[in-house]
Amino acid sequence: MFQTRIHGRGGQGVVTAAEMLSVAAFREGRFAQAFPSFGSERTGAPVVAFCRFDDKAIRLREPIMQPDALIIQDPTLLHQVDVFGGLVRDGYILINTSRSFSELGIGEFVQGFHAEHLCTVPATEFALKHVGRPLPNAALLGGFAAVSGHIAIDSVLAAIREKFPRKVADGNIAAARAAYEYVLGEMQEAAHAQAD
Amino acid sequence: MLKQTEGSHAVAEAVALCRPEVICAYPISPQTHIVEGLGEMVKSGALANCEFINVESEFAAMSVAIGASAAGARAYTATASQGLLFMAEAVFNASGLGLPIVMTVANRAIGAPINIWNDHTDAMSQRDCGWIQLFAEDNQEALDLHIQAFRLGEELSLPVMVCMDGFILTHAYERVDIPAQPQVDAYLPRYEPRQILDPAEPVSIGAMVGPEAFMEVRYLAHIKQMQALELIPGYAEEFRSVFGRGSGGLLHSYRTEDADTIVVALGSVLGTIKDTVDEMRADGTRIGVLGITCFRPWPHAAMRTALEGAKRVVVLEKSLAVGLGGIVSSNVHNSLAAPSTPVYTVIAGLGGRTITRASLHGVFADAIAGQLESVSFLDLDGTAVDRVLAREREVRRSGPIAEAVLRGMGAPGARIG
Repeated sequence: MFQTRIHGRGGQGVVTAAEMLSVAAFREGRFAQAFPSFGSERTGAPVVAFCRFDDKAIRLREPIMQPDALIIQDPTLLHQVDVFGGLVRDGYILINTSRSFSELGIGEFVQGFHAEHLCTVPATEFALKHVGRPLPNAALLGGFAAVSGHIAIDSVLAAIREKFPRKVADGNIAAARAAYEYVLGEMQEAAHAQAD
Repeated sequence: MLKQTEGSHAVAEAVALCRPEVICAYPISPQTHIVEGLGEMVKSGALANCEFINVESEFAAMSVAIGASAAGARAYTATASQGLLFMAEAVFNASGLGLPIVMTVANRAIGAPINIWNDHTDAMSQRDCGWIQLFAEDNQEALDLHIQAFRLGEELSLPVMVCMDGFILTHAYERVDIPAQPQVDAYLPRYEPRQILDPAEPVSIGAMVGPEAFMEVRYLAHIKQMQALELIPGYAEEFRSVFGRGSGGLLHSYRTEDADTIVVALGSVLGTIKDTVDEMRADGTRIGVLGITCFRPWPHAAMRTALEGAKRVVVLEKSLAVGLGGIVSSNVHNSLAAPSTPVYTVIAGLGGRTITRASLHGVFADAIAGQLESVSFLDLDGTAVDRVLAREREVRRSGPIAEAVLRGMGAPGARIG
């Protein structure tokens, strides 16, 4: 079972992101479950959504307390919510920001994790460019496909296509693709730096 | 067709496949997405020959369903929580009149304090209202139970409540197999009402009945529910032959064959319990689960048989009979062949409190060790309770209780689990 927890704020499409991720996994023939943290969501309030996928039917209904991956849609949450709570040692972290981990002040904290499992991506910028609105969720899923390798980018794009009306889907697909390429580039750069 | 979709959407599709003729609804979380979905299908024409009636309250929703059903239409509505309470008088009327309305209850807590999250207090508050009550374990079963509900309700001329956990199921995306229209048509015959308000053949429905006949009418309602116990297993079998999967029935046993400890529960928590049981089985603990699909009528004989070999029974329920303890556990206790078998009542998940495997491991182990109170509350914050009780002892005007509990806890909104 692979478990992803998505943190963001009300209005950023956190729940939709988890749902799309589950659709992407379903399209790969896997069993998937997505659900929100069921708060009285208000715009701007911290929101959590969860997505599990597995090769067998998922019966578990508890929230994801030991995620294999974290997608953080809003870096201002880092100091407000225990977003890293329970993350497994070889877990993945993807944060929506144009800054680096050390610029966010968590460089030291993430040293205990696998460097190649960590990435930041300016998803909101990609969304503004391709969708015209600051909704980073689809772009982040594109970046997530790149950093985690646990879901194919084509499955993510198909899930976005399924979720939105055509025009909105087009923009989000472009944003997801751009974020995917960006993260791949970052990872290659990091790999080269390590090799040097 | 296999689909990855929201539970509410899956139920809306299932209801549409049952060809309802009147749908009336008043929005309340977490039920809203179901009737929104149906409303869209009626508007787009995808659901033909169906009138969608927006009403001004839940009381009106059930009243319209009663009128529509009495006029011979296949009628459906959905509600939750305070909405179910607000329609309670009409809920009793629907069953008293013998009208086979199907209603989804997206289970949610009852205030005060106001709480939108899941537990079973709403459905349990109506357990003696004369409706059949079915509980879904997952979204596939929620979908399937609606198709069976129309079949069962219309055969017996009794209303059926399909209960599914609010948010946990209604808002969860998971894989469901949505049947094809010909399959549903093959399983669910056209509605042939036993009674109908027809100007060509006038009758009155709902006459006043005095002491000379009221008992007989109520007794007949009881007999009909007993008939449901006979019909439900057969309908589940037939469902399997048409749709190729098991859904419905009275009870479901899981790894109970040689179990010393049997956990009884209903609804979506069964999944988490089964995972916990698998882990405990791997450690050599003889434990199993009994899931209740049909809560009303109460499957007394099937329950007695299913629990026969158990040395102890743990009933985990998402409702509280204040001043008593467990509702489900009281029912279970009545069905035990050996009344001396210990029955532990575990009240869990009230108002959406997370039920984790870790907590279940602890409470099941305590039960096995004989260290569990007969009525216990899973993950109760004893410190928070003691703080309020201490303050009440010290100060006469101790203030509102819910606010006092919250104040002592800081900001629980920042917690993940």
